[in-house]
Amino acid sequence: MSERLRIGYIPLVDATTLLVAVDQGFAAAQGLDIELVREVSWSNVRDKLNIGLFDAAHLLSPVAIASSLGLGHVRVPLIVPFNLGINGNAITVSTDLFAVLSDVSDGDITDPKVSSRALARVVAERKKRGAEPLTFGMTFPFSNHNYQLRFWMAAAGLDPDEDVRLVVLPPPYMVESLASGHVDGFCVGAPWNSVAVDSGIGRILHFGCEITEHVSEKVFALREKWAGENPNILAALMRALARASEFAKDANNLSTVANIVAPRLGVVSELVVRTLTGSLKIDADGAVRHSENYIAIGGRDVNRPDAVQAAWAYAQIVRWGQAPLSQDLCARAQNVFRPGIYDAVLGSTIEPRLTGPRDGIGAFSGPDFDAHDIAGHVSAWQTKRAYRPRLSVVR
Amino acid sequence: MSIGKRNLVQTRKGSDLPTQGALPADQRDAALRIAIVDESSVRAAILEDGLREAGFTQVERIGETRNLLTRIYALDPDVILIGLENPSRDVLEQMFQMSRAVKRPVAMFVDQSDSASIQAAVDAGVSAYIVDGLKKERVTSILDLCISRFNAFARLQSELDHAKDALEERKVIDRAKGFLMKAKKLTEEQAYALLRKTAMNENKKIVEIAESVLTAAELLK
Repeated sequence: MSERLRIGYIPLVDATTLLVAVDQGFAAAQGLDIELVREVSWSNVRDKLNIGLFDAAHLLSPVAIASSLGLGHVRVPLIVPFNLGINGNAITVSTDLFAVLSDVSDGDITDPKVSSRALARVVAERKKRGAEPLTFGMTFPFSNHNYQLRFWMAAAGLDPDEDVRLVVLPPPYMVESLASGHVDGFCVGAPWNSVAVDSGIGRILHFGCEITEHVSEKVFALREKWAGENPNILAALMRALARASEFAKDANNLSTVANIVAPRLGVVSELVVRTLTGSLKIDADGAVRHSENYIAIGGRDVNRPDAVQAAWAYAQIVRWGQAPLSQDLCARAQNVFRPGIYDAVLGSTIEPRLTGPRDGIGAFSGPDFDAHDIAGHVSAWQTKRAYRPRLSVVR
Repeated sequence: MSIGKRNLVQTRKGSDLPTQGALPADQRDAALRIAIVDESSVRAAILEDGLREAGFTQVERIGETRNLLTRIYALDPDVILIGLENPSRDVLEQMFQMSRAVKRPVAMFVDQSDSASIQAAVDAGVSAYIVDGLKKERVTSILDLCISRFNAFARLQSELDHAKDALEERKVIDRAKGFLMKAKKLTEEQAYALLRKTAMNENKKIVEIAESVLTAAELLK
């Protein structure tokens, strides 16, 4: 007898493993009958997962933690037994802003340290002449898009809450907002950076992996309660995802995978191929930047949840004043990611990561990240003012 | 209790809430400012009418989602209603935490004790956000009204779709009848009877038989 499940997702390339698990038959082989429900907002995915309309969901990593801690919202403990995507974002700026940044740059602008200093100069110059602050779009308050923009800006001493404007924009509105001048840049996932470049109004300044080399971007999340009550279905889901992930990782399957994913996302399959291979056109002249680290969706190093990643997300949440710092909250945040379930179901054992940054994150600036010292991480960047928790705190 | 809520309570200031508490009970609800964010102007109008009938006079519609936050800050609403199919829901999530520019705290209308009404709202395809400090009971009637109007709109929409389909089917059947009348020299009644009988024999809908007749007619042209 097959189990009927409803799983929510946002049409993005990092949903690939989930889409392949269903559309290539890996879920059916495990006796699962999955209805994939395409959603338009992360708020919807979170709320429908929380109230039980979805059994599981493709979710932003920081949202899984925020939901489990009850930040700004009703608390629903979630678990992450499987990580769907590492990296995949990019920062795109308008061609105008890129020209200004290049003018004041003191080195190679593809280095985020250089571009960040250039941004600080532009911001100071605008302030001096009384111009409106620069505005940047990102996708959700609890997202790497938000945190990567902030990390990049703050590296040169900017205060992202004072010196620029950060606005949430649904990804499909990003390009239009850049064209209309409503925003001067944004951080978003595929395919929206490429769309801005293709239409000649934007230039990819940095891949997300140039800001932080290795961060958990999207996760497969379930309600802790549901997972506890349905261990066999959970195990079947994990096996289906693991097989889909191995399939998607195999370069020989690239075109099959792209053909599965593209119609689910409503884009041409060539765009999915470009994204998965990490080769993106960065300007209207056709210059291509390639990085093996641009996005990773398959294999054990990607899929096995890593508590360091949960701690990193919590550290960003604390750094930017979305939650207070406490040992208890940090432990709860780390407990959202469950490598134990992954190991138990898939017979994996703990092995040291062979590749990637030594602290597991690889941020371009600041000291190595230590998951046991979030306070040290946050205080390393104290700039103009101390951030206090101010979720829902206004005035 | 969640952290978010604890913060809400701690940071709430009595003075943040205007003089609504001092108003007589029958005037309090009327004083609530309600913003409807909806790209469907018909549905927004249906909802606005319902709210006005229920005595809420300060209702504003926002159809265009560009600069949504700025527009909301300018309206300074106590309650915001938005459809779940609207991607701009994520924009509203920013209201909870951006300290600058926001004049009044706004929190999402979710409460663990209230899962039935959340479920009803999600089923109807609507979500609500309320100003922090507003008593839940005061918003319940708005949400209930919103749910019933959203459901009514969905019913209207499906009835309309149904009516359109029925009209299309009627046209197909009429054309098939016309063809049969001409080709087989039948009266209208006989042509219809033939279609119906064939449909019954083949266990199909009349419109399906009519479509086959038209396809055949096209081939025989």
